[in-house]
Amino acid sequence: MIEIESATKVFGTGEAAFRALNAVNVTIAENEFFTLLGPSGCGKTTLLRLIAGFEPPTMGAIKLAGDDITRLRPAERPVNTVFQNYALFPHMSVAGNIAFGLEMLGKPKDEVDSTVAEMLRLVKMEELKDRRTSEISGGQQQRVALARALAPHPKVLLLDEPLSALDLKLRKEMQIELKRLQHETGITFVFVTHDQEEALTMSDRIAVMNGGEILQIGNPKEIYERPSARFVANFIGESNFLDATLKGGQVTLAAGGTFDVSVPDGVADGAVSVLLRPEHVAARAGAAQDGEIAATVDTVVYSGEATTLHLSLPTGEKVKAKIGNAPLGDGSLPKEGDSAALTVATGAITVLRD
Amino acid sequence: MAETQTYQPGELEAEARAADNRSRWLLSLPAVVIITCAAAGPLLVMVLYSFLTPGDYGNVKWQFSLDGWTNIFVQRDIFDDTLIWADAHLSIFWRSLSLSLITTILTLLFGVPTAWFIATQPANRRQFWLFLVTVPFWTNLLVRTIAIQELIRSEGVINLALMKVGLIDEPIQMMFTDFAIGFGMTYVYLPLMVLPVYASVDKLDFRLVEAAHDLYAGRWTAFRRVILPLIKPGIIAGSILVFIPSLGAYVTPRVLGGGKNLMFGNLIELQFGAGRNWPLGAALSLMLMLAVMVALIWYVRVTSREQADG
Repeated sequence: MIEIESATKVFGTGEAAFRALNAVNVTIAENEFFTLLGPSGCGKTTLLRLIAGFEPPTMGAIKLAGDDITRLRPAERPVNTVFQNYALFPHMSVAGNIAFGLEMLGKPKDEVDSTVAEMLRLVKMEELKDRRTSEISGGQQQRVALARALAPHPKVLLLDEPLSALDLKLRKEMQIELKRLQHETGITFVFVTHDQEEALTMSDRIAVMNGGEILQIGNPKEIYERPSARFVANFIGESNFLDATLKGGQVTLAAGGTFDVSVPDGVADGAVSVLLRPEHVAARAGAAQDGEIAATVDTVVYSGEATTLHLSLPTGEKVKAKIGNAPLGDGSLPKEGDSAALTVATGAITVLRD
Repeated sequence: MAETQTYQPGELEAEARAADNRSRWLLSLPAVVIITCAAAGPLLVMVLYSFLTPGDYGNVKWQFSLDGWTNIFVQRDIFDDTLIWADAHLSIFWRSLSLSLITTILTLLFGVPTAWFIATQPANRRQFWLFLVTVPFWTNLLVRTIAIQELIRSEGVINLALMKVGLIDEPIQMMFTDFAIGFGMTYVYLPLMVLPVYASVDKLDFRLVEAAHDLYAGRWTAFRRVILPLIKPGIIAGSILVFIPSLGAYVTPRVLGGGKNLMFGNLIELQFGAGRNWPLGAALSLMLMLAVMVALIWYVRVTSREQADG
């Protein structure tokens, strides 16, 4: 278990000071696949480097399994890192790289050899163990970096955007591979990414960060379907933000329609902003009837598995509706310029805190 | 209507290659001319001279002789014509070798940390530090060497200061010793070590150092196992740049070592000057060149084998 207690990191001083982390509190459970998600500059990599020990925090403490490790040097922490560019030692072979951590720990030679063999098997790199790291592909380097970091069997594995250099197909493969490795090794993974889809696919829990703070922590479903803040909703997936009035556990949209909602803590009755995911909106051509919302179609965008309608509401608000495509299209979708009637799926409306 | 031209397969590529080769030759022509006239030519003259007989007032007589070469190792006694080992030459050669090695080691000890310091400065300040390293090149070598003399001579700055604070009663004899030569050469050749080492530290990916620490390597182990192998090209280049000119150094040993502590360069100069034995001078020069070549070849062999072992 990792406990990060009001970790703050300020780079520089005076005018040039930059607060990369602002009093971040987070507890990561054992065996958890925990993801730090956010745009670049949000502080996610800084938090990772604090856990690894590459940077001391300006304030705050980091505990691992109950022990304060804030003052320990990187070499003294049972934590290993998979670096963004892999940082493989170019003057060593694949096996040499994997053995490095074990040798530094002073393990006997036969134990080093057997662990290296096991790691090579785990990442399916047995064939290439004598190659130099410059002689293997990006995906293979990625596997070696993983094996090298896993070999000493750390309590926590830190991964700094490890998949960002791979092409899409390989990235998808490695996402599944990483998940498998985490299950097989039972090691806590702390994964940093700016790719929301990657985060949703792989994580047990996600912390969404922005401006040096954690905005929300939750499992992928919670983060996607019940984002608490507008930033979280906007960063993850596509969003419609609508004006509404909250009263007694129900919201009434400015554009019409009243829906039952769960009200997050600290939100009082009155004017609120609500989130509606495009795929939770259904649209048909024609005039709106009871329980439907009237709209006009501005643009129709076909994107393979779905068609997105960009619509205008009578209030002037813009709404997107993403509708899954039927085989060869049934022609029932509204066309550009048509009036449309929108239906909102039950439970699809989320009240935002800001 | 214009007729479509047809080509043999590969014809255009061959033409392009030929044109490329021609322009390469043209571009390298000035360098080739200079190397031929200024290096290869004189070298051939030296080889020729080393097999001739010394003239009475310097120069050479056109008469074949192996004395130039044999005199490196043995000398004929002036009085009874017996052959004796040329101890003086051997001890000078030994001094040159050991002082050059010491100079190389000292420049490594001072140069590597300096290069590291500069390379780890913020990018905008590195230029300033590099500039400082190259400042000595602005002043003539002889002037700088005489400045060192001013520092270490018996009435020099160091001795006066030490006597003033009472650490010593009598000045320490530093001039005209091997220490003076080593000190001077370390000072003179230090930039030649700092610059290539800086270049390779600058290229070093510091995330690799972080990775080493992350994988439980302490400072020293990370240096030995990760940093050193990666900056080795710079260290090798620096060592060669310091060692080779040290072996043939002339000005520094002449000024700081005086007439007694000769190095190889001074010995050679002596043959062409007061010694009036040009063939011996030529043979000594070639000897020095051969020694350097053998050392370099051995070095390249060893390091390339190491690299192959990985």
